[in-house]
Amino acid sequence: MPRGNGRLEWRGAFRRWGALALVAVLAAACAGPGAQSTTTAEPDEPEETPTTVSDATETTSQDSSSSTTEVLAEGPSCGTDEVVLNAYFETGFDLPFELAEEFSNQFPNVTWDIKQDQFTNLMNATPRLLSGDNPPDLIRLPSMVSLVHDGLLKNLDDYATAFGWDEWPQSQLLQNRVAEDGTRGSGSLYAMGLNHSLTGVFYNKELAAQVGMTEPPATVEEFDALLAAAKEQGLQPIMAWNATASGGGLAFPLQHLMAAYGPIEPINEWIFQKPGANINTESNLAAAEHLQRWIEAGYFPEDVNAIEYTDANARFRAGEGVFIFNGDWENAVYDSEMGDNVGFFLFPPLEEGGQVAAMSAPLTFGIATNAPNADCAAFFFNWVATNEVARQINVDVGGSNPGGPADLPIPPAAAPITNETLAAGAEVAKANGQMDFIANATGAIFAEGWTPELQEMVGGLQDAAGLLEAVQAEYENQLGR
Amino acid sequence: MAGWAFVVPALVMYGLFVLQPLFLTIQYSFYDWDGVGPGEWVGLDNYVRVFTDPDLLGPIFNSFRLLIFFSVIPVTLGVVTASLIHRIASTRFGSVATTVIFLPQVIPLVASGIIWGWLLARPGVVNQILETIGLGGIARAWLGDFGTALPAVGMIGIWVLLGFCTVLLQTGMAKINPELYEAARLDGAGWWAELRAVTLPGIKYEIGVCLTVTAIAALAAFDIVYVSTGGGPGRSTQVPGIKIYIEAFLQRRVGLASALAVALVVLVLAVILPVQRLTREDQT
Repeated sequence: MPRGNGRLEWRGAFRRWGALALVAVLAAACAGPGAQSTTTAEPDEPEETPTTVSDATETTSQDSSSSTTEVLAEGPSCGTDEVVLNAYFETGFDLPFELAEEFSNQFPNVTWDIKQDQFTNLMNATPRLLSGDNPPDLIRLPSMVSLVHDGLLKNLDDYATAFGWDEWPQSQLLQNRVAEDGTRGSGSLYAMGLNHSLTGVFYNKELAAQVGMTEPPATVEEFDALLAAAKEQGLQPIMAWNATASGGGLAFPLQHLMAAYGPIEPINEWIFQKPGANINTESNLAAAEHLQRWIEAGYFPEDVNAIEYTDANARFRAGEGVFIFNGDWENAVYDSEMGDNVGFFLFPPLEEGGQVAAMSAPLTFGIATNAPNADCAAFFFNWVATNEVARQINVDVGGSNPGGPADLPIPPAAAPITNETLAAGAEVAKANGQMDFIANATGAIFAEGWTPELQEMVGGLQDAAGLLEAVQAEYENQLGR
Repeated sequence: MAGWAFVVPALVMYGLFVLQPLFLTIQYSFYDWDGVGPGEWVGLDNYVRVFTDPDLLGPIFNSFRLLIFFSVIPVTLGVVTASLIHRIASTRFGSVATTVIFLPQVIPLVASGIIWGWLLARPGVVNQILETIGLGGIARAWLGDFGTALPAVGMIGIWVLLGFCTVLLQTGMAKINPELYEAARLDGAGWWAELRAVTLPGIKYEIGVCLTVTAIAALAAFDIVYVSTGGGPGRSTQVPGIKIYIEAFLQRRVGLASALAVALVVLVLAVILPVQRLTREDQT
């Protein structure tokens, strides 16, 4: 009798579990993909306007109404209650971590739950993190157009008004704006930069002196002469990276050459996905041909296609390479190992006195549409750009311009190389020479366009015209044009 | 019935983590979906693209080249190594040799890829050895050179899979009746004749298993390739696994990636089913 009962029970259990499993599989199979996620990230959902007082403050501060009004006047804040900011940072970059720590020092009610991952992994995971059950209050954004399209990023326009970001020099916000038609560079604000990077040419002062460089080259031709001299002396003229793992680093010298040969506006329009934009222009072709001449002259390491970003920098720091095209985010590391032996100059124009230009992009962070502590995160953005201590950390650890209001001075940096790049950045800003990176035009243009084509160019399998043609075709394919 | 009950937990797991993803992949392959927003039903469009886009044929061609390195060479070498070790199996050296050859199988593939990436770099150990023995002329960045990247990745595959094949084939050889060898030797058979007439027929089934497992490793390769070359330089080591990853997570075309994945499953089946038939035919 008990046996029989037992058997019956088991059978019942089997039926229930079996049926459950079947239902689970069927249910999943019947719903169209994305059906579940749309409920968590409804693009049409009315934007939650930032409350002037955080909800927490409103419900708990019963003491006096005057303190409430004080907070009211200040705009969105972190309030006074315990707040845990849920953040995703990029592994290997100390700046956000140090800023977070200082923020907690100044606002002890705010603690952080920081997760970190490699940039490429973040790139893949961001849509899922933003649409998930625990949307981050603050997240490093590799790209943003498709995220905005899916309604995953908070529109920051109201915060911009509340904090007065609208009054800052607008060039620093431009790259974080997305218009309704999905083009970048105008429209609503969806992200903020913790700082603003700058690219150019770093040089090993000792080796540069050896090849006869007494002052930075004033023209591309002068730079060419230095490269030729370095080659002749058996030095490595340019250290670079071009391995798939870190992406085609030759895009850096290529874009600098593009900006020397032609105007930067068409390049930015291409990056911002403006309708009809084309990278395959006459001046860009001349730039790509110039790069090809550098490759053929052996100015880059012969194994550049196997060199990753970190290896290239380690080799440059160790004295291999007179020049390296890179950005000011590397300042702190260069300074710690090379000290006074590293210098920086902006890539020279074609003609002496011509327009200087550089890639400059915000270190972009965004807030999830459904982030529980959006006000506090926005307050953090504002604090990073305006707080004196934060700006000092930004310059010393990040090595880049902290941005923010025009009337705030940029604090002097401890590392001499950072003061050089900051001065160069001011020069570029004055000339309106800021470009975004051609590698960031679409989510996959680097992996599927620039990197393989530049590698083929190194391998002698692709020429300048073919490079631009192939990248443009991939660009149009990705944008569905 | 009680027997069924014991199977239920495993069945549920299998359904949730094997069957469900498989069916979802098939389902996604009929949609145009970016992984987040609502998906749009597009019928067979994704499959049409898989079979007409020349960019997708290159990776498939590469995976067949990898088949030589991941499957043909390890199995051939495995037979030779196993038969050599089999002769000395009882000695201490025999078990040491087995352990050494099997060791790469224990190391995670990602770690293998990273280690080989260092060894094969221009300043790496492989080139240092070449330079020491006077072959500096052929030293190069093996994983960054268009001519050598795919064979270099294949080499890593051989290193990983040889141990697996050797151990499996050795087990097969151990169950061959020793009297057969004795009879062969009495008939004056040498190592080669013994291998051909006794060993190979005796381990036919094991060879089939080796070929199947290594062929799947070649056609569905991802980790070793992703870590060592990422598909580069250019597209010279791009395999379907890498392409699926790029389409799904960088291009965010989940539908197309799923269609490619389904096509890959069919391709793998098309390659291993004949192998299975050939090696099993007169087994029973």
